Amino acid sequence: MNPTTTLATARRVLTQLRHDPRTVAMLLVVPTLLMTLLRFVFNDERVFTRTAPALLGVFPFMIMFLVASVTTLRERTTATLERLMTMPMGRLDLILGYAIAFGALAVAQVGIATAVCAWWLGMAVTGSVWTLLVIAVLDALLGMALGLFVSAFASSEFQAIQFMPLFVLPQFLLCGLLQPRDQMGWPLRWLSDVMPLSYAVDALSRVTAGTGFTGAIRTDLLVVAGCVLLALALGAGTLRRQTA
Amino acid sequence: MTNSAVTATALRVARGGREVLRDVGFAIPRGSVTGLLGPSGCGKTTLLRAVVGVQAITGGAVEVLGRPAGHTALRHKIGYATQNPAVYADLTVAECLRYFAAVLGAGDVDQVLRDVDLLDHADHLVGTLSGGQRGRASLAVALLGSPELLVLDEPTVGLDPVLREDLWTLFHRLAATGTTLIVSSHVMDEAARCDRLLFLRDGRVLADDTPAGLRAETGEQDLEQAFLHLVRSAA
Repeated sequence: MNPTTTLATARRVLTQLRHDPRTVAMLLVVPTLLMTLLRFVFNDERVFTRTAPALLGVFPFMIMFLVASVTTLRERTTATLERLMTMPMGRLDLILGYAIAFGALAVAQVGIATAVCAWWLGMAVTGSVWTLLVIAVLDALLGMALGLFVSAFASSEFQAIQFMPLFVLPQFLLCGLLQPRDQMGWPLRWLSDVMPLSYAVDALSRVTAGTGFTGAIRTDLLVVAGCVLLALALGAGTLRRQTA
Repeated sequence: MTNSAVTATALRVARGGREVLRDVGFAIPRGSVTGLLGPSGCGKTTLLRAVVGVQAITGGAVEVLGRPAGHTALRHKIGYATQNPAVYADLTVAECLRYFAAVLGAGDVDQVLRDVDLLDHADHLVGTLSGGQRGRASLAVALLGSPELLVLDEPTVGLDPVLREDLWTLFHRLAATGTTLIVSSHVMDEAARCDRLLFLRDGRVLADDTPAGLRAETGEQDLEQAFLHLVRSAA
């Protein structure tokens, strides 16, 4: 572990994004636009309040998955990764550098969407808005970490984009948003139990309904954070110094 | 052994069931410019990748600066420029070099930009450069931190004759200060500029000699003719 190369990598990724203002603008605005759309689809603050917090976690999860998988795929398929692997660059340092850069972006993305939902769109949160924010950022990080990991199995941008419906949409269908998890049949219930997004959505629902930072929320958060770390470690493991 | 910067013994590499390098052996002296020449697809890039340690090998050994290729201690000592420029298209030339300099702990960004004549393009996005300029930006990264061994895969492709001349002058200046350079090319007219030549064909070393030695051995003054002579006598 070398903080200098990790931070240099994070700065490099953010500088690359700075040269691409359209991508940054879309990253920051699209989740908020979708939440606004949802608010007027329901046209009812109470119904919106029931669904919005979960989607505050789901939208950044999807977007970060896409952005992270395409960006790291680009690094893998151009010669820059091969060059970095001949340099004193730790594999985990590279992955953590990406995580810090995208994490910073996720904080901004989720912060804007949460603020707009809470103050303009009438989303009522019984629990702490800060806890909500923490969970949503963790969701975005989870999407990013999974995206980094699965980019190892894609050999083109086309494949990387196809991984979105494959890895993300089943989690969305089974996370309890469309149908309460305890009303699913046992095979689906079991699948839903091993998918990290389910815990994130559980935590978000608990914050909206409950009060304060309960033990159940802490357990959910630990599960999600554990999955983020696991996906990052697996992602670092897929970077190879030597290839055939 | 201490005089050799790179030694390969009975090196074999198979990729996708095909033998790309077959029983390759050579020794490259320190402080010299060695040209790795051969037709496209003969295994030049695979050989260079084996030297920098990113190529999985199936047999034999490569020793670089007294250690097995790919050793952690070598990561500060080798500069590698791949055939396709390994630079970030969405960064400026200076930003890109500063990043790699930070990874290497090197501080000579302006110097290497001057060496490859890109100082006045430092603030241009890499993606807007011409192919030749992009290749030079990639070469500049390899020069960062004054590495002991420079492995350059076709560094002069697409350059105008004046720039090519400048780069060869730079290569020899670096070799005079003790740097070892391996430069690949598929253009035979670059062969005469090298101190030593390694001719590769079909994954085998056809010749490992100085230009003068090759001329004497084959009786041909032109090195392209010398190469053809060797191909014919090997067949």
